[in-house]
Amino acid sequence: MDWSFFAGVVIAGLLAGVMYSLVAIGFVLIYKTSGVFNFAQGAMVLFAALTFVSLHEEGVPFWGAFAITLAAMIVLGILIERLVLRPLINQPPITLFMATLGLSYIIQGAAQMLWGTQVHQLDLGIADVPLPLNNILISQFDLFCAAVAGGVVAALSLLFRYTNLGLAFRAAAGDSFAALNTGLRLPFIWAAVWSVAGFIALVGGLLWGARTGVQFSLSLVVLKSLPVLVVGGFDSIAGAIVGGLLIGLTETLAEIYVGPLVGGGIDQWIAYVIALIFLLVKPNGLFGQRSVERV
Amino acid sequence: MKFIRSEPAAFGLFLLLALAMALIPSDYLFDAVLTPFLAVSLAALGLNILAGYAGQVSLGSAAFMAIGAFSTYDLLYYIPGLPLLIAFAGAGLITAAVALVFGLPGLRLKGFYLAISTLAAQFFVQWVFTNFPWFSGGDSSGVVNAPPIAIGGILIGSPLRRYLLSLLIVAVLSGFALLLTRSRVGQSFLAIRDNELAARVLGVNVLKTKLIACAVSGFYIGIAGALWAYLYVRLIEPAGYDLNFSFEILFVVIIGGLASVRGAFLGAAFMVVLPLALSRAGAAIFGDTFDSGLVDISEQIILGVLIILFLRLEPQGLSALISRLGLKKKQSHPLPSGVSHEFN
Repeated sequence: MDWSFFAGVVIAGLLAGVMYSLVAIGFVLIYKTSGVFNFAQGAMVLFAALTFVSLHEEGVPFWGAFAITLAAMIVLGILIERLVLRPLINQPPITLFMATLGLSYIIQGAAQMLWGTQVHQLDLGIADVPLPLNNILISQFDLFCAAVAGGVVAALSLLFRYTNLGLAFRAAAGDSFAALNTGLRLPFIWAAVWSVAGFIALVGGLLWGARTGVQFSLSLVVLKSLPVLVVGGFDSIAGAIVGGLLIGLTETLAEIYVGPLVGGGIDQWIAYVIALIFLLVKPNGLFGQRSVERV
Repeated sequence: MKFIRSEPAAFGLFLLLALAMALIPSDYLFDAVLTPFLAVSLAALGLNILAGYAGQVSLGSAAFMAIGAFSTYDLLYYIPGLPLLIAFAGAGLITAAVALVFGLPGLRLKGFYLAISTLAAQFFVQWVFTNFPWFSGGDSSGVVNAPPIAIGGILIGSPLRRYLLSLLIVAVLSGFALLLTRSRVGQSFLAIRDNELAARVLGVNVLKTKLIACAVSGFYIGIAGALWAYLYVRLIEPAGYDLNFSFEILFVVIIGGLASVRGAFLGAAFMVVLPLALSRAGAAIFGDTFDSGLVDISEQIILGVLIILFLRLEPQGLSALISRLGLKKKQSHPLPSGVSHEFN
């Protein structure tokens, strides 16, 4: 066995996993604070990336386009709270889940209606050249993504730990009735947390978009992040990261070492098989706190 | 309108209408509109048993339809001389078994975990049918024409016959669904949907009942897939049964009406009409700039808006809207109001 090749595969898998984590984190935030299983996270990634890249192509400078897109994501968060979450308050979780399915259709459609359906190239100025390190090739772009994801997680922990908004997020996540009782305005918290999820969607959209091109298939990254959530636990940011790394690693290893034996393409479903095993054995995931009831 | 308030009466009326349609001499109507409408209705009915009645959302309906289609093909291919209707029933049973395998990890848990385990089915099943030619009778191209079919020597070869056969099957299965949802089992589906704990206190075996709902749903969806493949597209191929198709079937259920047998038919009819109406309306208002891409996108947006509106305002969908055309109706399976639902 070629160990330096193996090490390269492991590192590539872990770094690919970081990309999954980034989408999963936005999902965890919303689930934690409002109990909504947000299927529209992928559509938000598409919307953010498409808005950014279209503005950038119109000649708006990078940070200008970033700021405008961020503002758009915040408006989107507020609209979602007003028009979807508030009227459906106290409905069974399954109803809210189906509503986010509808929401993802609206956001996807709106993004394509506004900006068209063609594929855009996005260049973040990071060359995607392999970096040799002791005979192991590591993609420079993947390293950059990992650094950005690390930065986002660090910023989120600071927000959660040291700001009033973060305290309010944690209160709503801990016990929404108690939070309401102490005078916190849940609608505001929800709008805020959807906006933060919009920010994460923007960051994720830029990184994914730079890798795969900005196109409709970006909205499908949500499908890659669902198994990550099962493995890590739906309400844990640490879980989203570890789950992402695990899924990325298994997917890459399986595709390279097992794939050729069965005709390839197993990365389409291997993550879901891992998720199924977790559902059977450890339904809370590795880091989940909210207890999952068995029947 | 008074008498269509009861589902059996509406069912009878529907059958009469469907039979009257057979008098219209239009192959296009049968092949391109009515037969796919019936297949989608049957799939939606199957999903509604699981999602609307038992409250467990599945996102793998299209994959289960593919299993129904391929099982029919394999049964007929590997067991020469097997009667067609037996093959359809067998395909339903095989689909039910596979649905149980994928449903079990999700159904053991409370909440939306079934959505994830059925997504697993969605991706895995399509991959299996694409990668293993055995399922297509050894054909490695992945696309096989459906062989001609016959029942008791009568060739099902014309659009009208294909329509009548699907109508027969759909009618029998819908009648059974009406009985099932009114039975003790059907009532325990509703009990589980509304409050699992209360259902258990009342003596309902929650896991067993969910598994029954999952198996029955799989059986219906499998047969719907067989109808889709043999009577509508007349191709056996994995490509058409993608995630989008699964979503569409779920949308049929939501728009038509959760926990309603006729809702599946109303929703399916709506889904057939919507794209046609949109392209007509778009062309009339915007002229030539409203191309098919724009129709797709606006259909997506309209569907999304309708889903949210129906969930907000009328969870019983078109079915309840139609009931309102009559006088006040005692709703047969009202969804739980927010207050009575356990909060967790």
